[in-house]
Amino acid sequence: MDENLKIELGKQGIVVTTLQELYNWGRRSSVWPMNFGLACCAIEMIATTMARYDLARFGAEVFRPSPRQADLMIISGTVTKKMAPQVVRLYNQMAEPRYVIAMGACAISGGPFKQGYNVLKGIDRYIPVDVHIPGCPPRPEALLQAFIALQKKIDGQHLTGEDRPRFLDAEAQGEFPVPEQGEHDLVPTSNKGVWPIKIQGLGTRD
Amino acid sequence: MKTVEEIKAAIEAAVPGAGVEIVLNPGPAAQHSLRLAPESALAVATFLRDDADLALDHLSNVTGVDWPDKEIAEKVKVTRTVAKTVDGVEQQVEETVEETRKRVEPGCLEVVYHLFSVAKKHGPVVLRMRTENRSDRVELPSMTHIWRSADFQEREIFDLYGVVFKGHPDLRRLLMWDEFKDHPMRKDYVEPDDYEYEPTPHDHVLARAQEHQKKIEAAGNKE
Ligand code: SF4
Repeated sequence: MDENLKIELGKQGIVVTTLQELYNWGRRSSVWPMNFGLACCAIEMIATTMARYDLARFGAEVFRPSPRQADLMIISGTVTKKMAPQVVRLYNQMAEPRYVIAMGACAISGGPFKQGYNVLKGIDRYIPVDVHIPGCPPRPEALLQAFIALQKKIDGQHLTGEDRPRFLDAEAQGEFPVPEQGEHDLVPTSNKGVWPIKIQGLGTRD
Repeated sequence: MKTVEEIKAAIEAAVPGAGVEIVLNPGPAAQHSLRLAPESALAVATFLRDDADLALDHLSNVTGVDWPDKEIAEKVKVTRTVAKTVDGVEQQVEETVEETRKRVEPGCLEVVYHLFSVAKKHGPVVLRMRTENRSDRVELPSMTHIWRSADFQEREIFDLYGVVFKGHPDLRRLLMWDEFKDHPMRKDYVEPDDYEYEPTPHDHVLARAQEHQKKIEAAGNKE
């Protein structure tokens, strides 16, 4: 529908919308994050939710202690190889639609511990990540920006068609394989379905 | 507080045949330590804790050291008899030559304990113990029954260095998962080859990433 016509009608007291807009508006305005922190970045995540930065302004103040009730997983901190299977398991337990923000250098790449023997080089090797935030730690403003970026992404989703999100695709696989803890490393070292990340127009990330 | 020499004398008086050695620290800290023989270590440790003068009631830190096998090259002078022609006559002459000999000093694993006394407000006293080698004879007595705080730290050393503490109540890996087979803090630990994506490689990471790339290409060519 024509945007200008919509505004004109709005002035007359007639609200016109589409189901898609309404649906996306509802979802993006009440994204409930999971109460889950992994390392120092979690402190910044907590700060973001408190009065000064106030994540509640964006409808995300309800941190749920159970993955069953959460929509958003903020991977806030270092993902060790010992913890990685549990992170994937928690993600599997979340109900669709679900989103992931990888917060901080550790969560997106291993960060300062990248060459360590026990740190996963980025959680996007096992689960799909919607927004990556660099920083060590990212400031609360950066998390807010990531959150706004996520809301924009939700707003832009189409309910039908080829590019509809995973949770509206009956064929799509919703369960992600949990890596095994092997004798020297996690087995497999990445989920080939999500890694390497495909960026539109750029080919694969490497 | 007593000096290490005095502590050594006290130990030897209390525990006959203790086999304590002083390890000098030549640095400015001059924090000398005592190396205990594993057989008598428990008796010595009990004495250090219970002795009225020392009263080392607090074990603040336990750590491990890996000493890999060391190849030492030495120059030695050897005398040899060689046949030589002197003034047209064949003779046997003694000659001194320098030779480089290599010997391998076997490595070991070492555990270091730092003790303090809360009651006497002194410390630290540093104890060391060495295993016989780095592969199959890696047992040392556990201090957990003397100082409770050794529990987790000995588990950590077991996990990262592979020292087996005899008498430990619950010797499991602490940081890595149970199925893990390596000991990551050992000098010869090789990390898994996961260098397929390195956006800004440099130094040894660059070398590893290139190695990884070569391996991938070699595997690709075979197919
Ligand atoms: S990115 Fe930095 S602040 Fe965040 S968890 Fe890693 S080390 Fe901590």
